[in-house]
Amino acid sequence: MEDLAAKPYPPGRYDVVVVGSGPGGLQSSHALTGLGVRHAVISADDAPGGMFRRFPIFERLISWTKPDAPVGRDTREYEWYDHNSLVGERGLPALAPEFMDRTFDVPSRAEMEASLVAFADRADVKVRYGCRWEATRREEDGFTLETSDGEYRCRFVIFAVGVTQPWVPTIRGAEHAAHYVETRPPGAYQDKRVVIIGKRNSGFEVGNGLLPWASQLVLVSPRPVQIGLLPHSPLRLRYLQPYEEYVRGGAGTFVVDAAISAIERVNGSRRVIAEGTTRPGRLEFDADEVILATGFQAPLQDLRDLGVATVLNDRIPAQSPFFESLTVPGLFFAGNTSAGARGMRKHGVSPNSTSVNGFRYNARVLVEHVAERLGIERERPRLERNEVVPLILHELSSAPELWIQKNFLSRVVTVSGKGIFDEGIVPLEHFLDTGGEDAVAAAIEMDERATIHPTVYVRRGNRIAEHELPPHPVHAYDGHLYAQEVEARLEALL
Amino acid sequence: MGESKDIAERLAGLALFADLTPTQVEAIAHRFEEEVFAEGQRILRTGLTGAGLFVIVEGQAVIRIDGTERARFGPGEVFGEIGVLTGEPPNADVEAATILRCLEIPHAEVQPFLIEFPHVMYRMLQAEARRLRITTEWKT
Repeated sequence: MEDLAAKPYPPGRYDVVVVGSGPGGLQSSHALTGLGVRHAVISADDAPGGMFRRFPIFERLISWTKPDAPVGRDTREYEWYDHNSLVGERGLPALAPEFMDRTFDVPSRAEMEASLVAFADRADVKVRYGCRWEATRREEDGFTLETSDGEYRCRFVIFAVGVTQPWVPTIRGAEHAAHYVETRPPGAYQDKRVVIIGKRNSGFEVGNGLLPWASQLVLVSPRPVQIGLLPHSPLRLRYLQPYEEYVRGGAGTFVVDAAISAIERVNGSRRVIAEGTTRPGRLEFDADEVILATGFQAPLQDLRDLGVATVLNDRIPAQSPFFESLTVPGLFFAGNTSAGARGMRKHGVSPNSTSVNGFRYNARVLVEHVAERLGIERERPRLERNEVVPLILHELSSAPELWIQKNFLSRVVTVSGKGIFDEGIVPLEHFLDTGGEDAVAAAIEMDERATIHPTVYVRRGNRIAEHELPPHPVHAYDGHLYAQEVEARLEALL
Repeated sequence: MGESKDIAERLAGLALFADLTPTQVEAIAHRFEEEVFAEGQRILRTGLTGAGLFVIVEGQAVIRIDGTERARFGPGEVFGEIGVLTGEPPNADVEAATILRCLEIPHAEVQPFLIEFPHVMYRMLQAEARRLRITTEWKT
């Protein structure tokens, strides 16, 4: 019989309990340890890696890692080149590039999984594996989590449970289709007519994977593919071969804008009935296989009953700028579940919180906030006046948090009678909406024309002034002209 | 909270979209994203660029100028349209007065959206005319 006592983090009382051992859980625990927060990590899985133990089905990630860069893998600047490693503190270098065979500049699923296993090992992130979170109770001073190993009491919970539960919209006859997660090896679709419902990442990923096998392929969903936005979208162009074949008039591949009315069983095969959106009219597709690439939701179990409000068609918990449930204080969300913190959506831009590159920073911001609520003050280095402009320019030129979480995270410096302090990385929305000491926030922003430019916000007497700086073709914001501009904007503040 | 799982269903219940077919409403629900705000959370900020247009699906929003409440909007009503249509940053703050669900149409997509759905544009104009009348009556 397994010796439960030999596993780490036995049931009991902790300040924080982290649920999940994917990248969000590992990053959160690593940061909590760094700040000395007493916490437990539990996971229903039996090894680290989370969703990367299974997905993506066609085995290739979409975000890049450049194994070689002008800066070392143990530097903060390197994080900008590597969107897949967790952020190691205390000298731990980026690990994703170590495992890449360089066939592509994006890792395979297996390479990504291996790098996460290595992170848990080298950062010494302990996890109580095989411990399933089963129920949640609100207590006067926090929460109780009922698990398969017993009860955990804590002030705060960080759920890093992924967004991996199949989500299916209300479609009549959906039971005649299989969800993306049930996709079989591509050979199983040889000489079959396949309809894929959904034209986002997973739809195109499967479509691209089945092109050499299927006899006919239809991708269908109400929303058109927005060609102008594609280069700026996380939907990578290399998945778009089905789309290219269709728009160039290739045979057997169709990418159609239509709302699905029903899926019916007709003589052993399926019929998908749809109503055109971009071009009105009824459409019917006969298919041997129908795949619902309709996305995922977070496995929230009983959290909705506890009062957790959700967003994006009930898929993800709605969150504050610090990734706390908007409606149940004390419950936090890390990993790609943190996409429920929507930020200001300035110019309609969402943060990169559905991928490791963005949510690794969300986890650190979350953990610093939780530590402060537990009475652990964050480090605020004191700055001299002449250090402020160089710091701002350096951040605008190379801060990975700002460049990856555009329009969302900012670097803040406060100025008061007590001195000038570096407040570190702060959610931009929090900076703009909470008021406080006079301060400056630096952010990288993308506008509606997808132009990237640095922006500096100056807060004086609780009034905010926004200063958009001109874009630079190679993002060199540490030059003389930018220094002059930022100096001028900060003159009254400093 | 009366949370329905299907946003298309909730949009279909709003007067703003009453002239559209179910397919058109579904297309809109897929094209734009739903946003949720906690009570007191800010949605539009005076003087800051980059805001879009919001259609309230559930809850109430309060409009403040220099901290003073000037109006409240509820389900089916639109805010942010003046900033988007004039190309100027908002001249008021808008905050959630309750938990608030909105459909957000980013600035750059407002014009193609309204041209594609003239019935929605007409209903927006009607609402705008009503607001203008109230403001005019209040001023005279």
